[in-house]
Amino acid sequence: MHTPYARRLTFWRRVALTPTLAVFLLLSILPLLNLAALSVHNVRWEEGRASWDYVGFAHYARLAEDQLLHTGMVNTLIFSVVAVSIQIVLGFFLAWAVSRIRRARILYRTIFILPILVPGILIGAIWKLMLNYDFGLVNDFLMLFGVMPQDWLGTPHLALPSVIIVDIWHWTPFCFLLLLAGFESLPQDLHEAALVDGASAWTELRYVYLPLMMPVILVTFLFRFVTSLKVFDEIYLLTGGGPGSSTEVISYTIYRTFFTQDQMGYGSAMSVAVLFAISMLMVLAWATGRAGRREAA
Amino acid sequence: MKQALTEHRRFEHLFLILVSVFVLVPFVWIIAAAFKTQIDLLQGKLLFEPTLDSFREVLFSKTTEFFRNTASSLIVATLSTLVILFIATVGGYAIERMHTPRWIVHGLLGWSVVFHMVPPITLVAAWFPLYRQLGLDNTYTGLVLAHVAVHLPMALWLMANFVRDVPIELEEAARIDGCSTPYLLWRIVVPIIAPGLAATAILMFIFSWNEFAVALNMTAKQTATVPVAIAKFAQGYEIKYGEMAATAALSLIPALLFLLLGQRHIVKGLTTGAVK
Repeated sequence: MHTPYARRLTFWRRVALTPTLAVFLLLSILPLLNLAALSVHNVRWEEGRASWDYVGFAHYARLAEDQLLHTGMVNTLIFSVVAVSIQIVLGFFLAWAVSRIRRARILYRTIFILPILVPGILIGAIWKLMLNYDFGLVNDFLMLFGVMPQDWLGTPHLALPSVIIVDIWHWTPFCFLLLLAGFESLPQDLHEAALVDGASAWTELRYVYLPLMMPVILVTFLFRFVTSLKVFDEIYLLTGGGPGSSTEVISYTIYRTFFTQDQMGYGSAMSVAVLFAISMLMVLAWATGRAGRREAA
Repeated sequence: MKQALTEHRRFEHLFLILVSVFVLVPFVWIIAAAFKTQIDLLQGKLLFEPTLDSFREVLFSKTTEFFRNTASSLIVATLSTLVILFIATVGGYAIERMHTPRWIVHGLLGWSVVFHMVPPITLVAAWFPLYRQLGLDNTYTGLVLAHVAVHLPMALWLMANFVRDVPIELEEAARIDGCSTPYLLWRIVVPIIAPGLAATAILMFIFSWNEFAVALNMTAKQTATVPVAIAKFAQGYEIKYGEMAATAALSLIPALLFLLLGQRHIVKGLTTGAVK
């Protein structure tokens, strides 16, 4: 099958794939290999030139004892699980409510999308002011109910919940959007059938919509969960990991080690470890999903 | 029966209105804060005499960087969006319609998934030493390339998804008429997937415009983007709350414009692939 036509097609396929593969190789694989190489060296910058000293796996050995990194990992997991679970539940009810109404659908959707479009750092700035001890709206509002003003971002046991609440505010709309698309893709006669059978709204939700929506819910959860493991912008602005290490998250630990403490070798080892851990998590999720599907089949 | 229905709807509207208020109040409050004097702001006054002082300070003071930052953001977001669109369109077309070997497709898919999971800061750490050696740090080129690398995977699958919906008969007909591949892509496929292209473009522009972790570490004063500038306001020894609020209010404008002009595309871009 080496007609001129087939040869031309092969040629154009190579041309079309070249840019994608170039980005893949030059901007992903190569830097990551470089990162791996860095992680077994100590790197110092002298007059714009890097000097590399081989240290073997010393950095990796250090990881195991790094208390801050452990705290960061635990905090990141708590943050992601709690924030995303609440986002999914809230988003689900919002999407359900919007799918049941006729008027003002677009208006609600417009309002709910707004936080998704705003830079994360701006969300951080807004909430830093909102949560301010002296003049923040949150304290003013809670005072109406007789709650004493709190230093939300400056108190160790309140900082992480505060950051989680900000994340819920920021990303529930995204879950809402995906779940609404899910609701809208369900056939309309389901609702009519449930209506004829005299099912209450609650029964319909529980026994008709919830099972049918499960795949979309799972996809949304996974997508959001993975994204929230990367949280950085809001933390950077709201708390900087503090007070103490109460809002320390992985991204922030790496950032500080690599960029503000200038420990490039150790920071690289951390990045590689995180990459590895996340890949493992992905394989685990994939394997669980496969096992689940096989059971269902 | 009818009454029961309207009652239900009333409950739903109540719920949605309540949530809408929660969503909107922070935005309204920050915009109001931008019009307050520093004293009114610090006293938490809800009733105040509006002033443009903060805006004046942000926009026209001698030390302002606002326009430079906005220009940087515009340049980086526009260039990276254009580059991504080009690569993703030809790449997506190759994946869907050009008999690309499966191992390449699977390799790209795996890469995309991993890339989506990796914290951007790890990637910055990977690029940073190379960039310094090549003199790419603190350049627009460097930041554009970084944004392309971060966002291309998503754009690639979006475009592949849109190409999949193009009727194959059209392409076959064009082939029989002797249409070459580039001509076919440009004259037949691109016009059909134009709405998808628009959705991807808007999304990529917003992502690049909003991106912070990469920009923070790869730019200095000359190339800093708007998010980096906002962060700087909040990190100083003495936080200038008024100016921070004014900058925040001003940087809400692009999001509002996108929302009003391109909402349909945004929704399409964000939900494509998730519900299939």
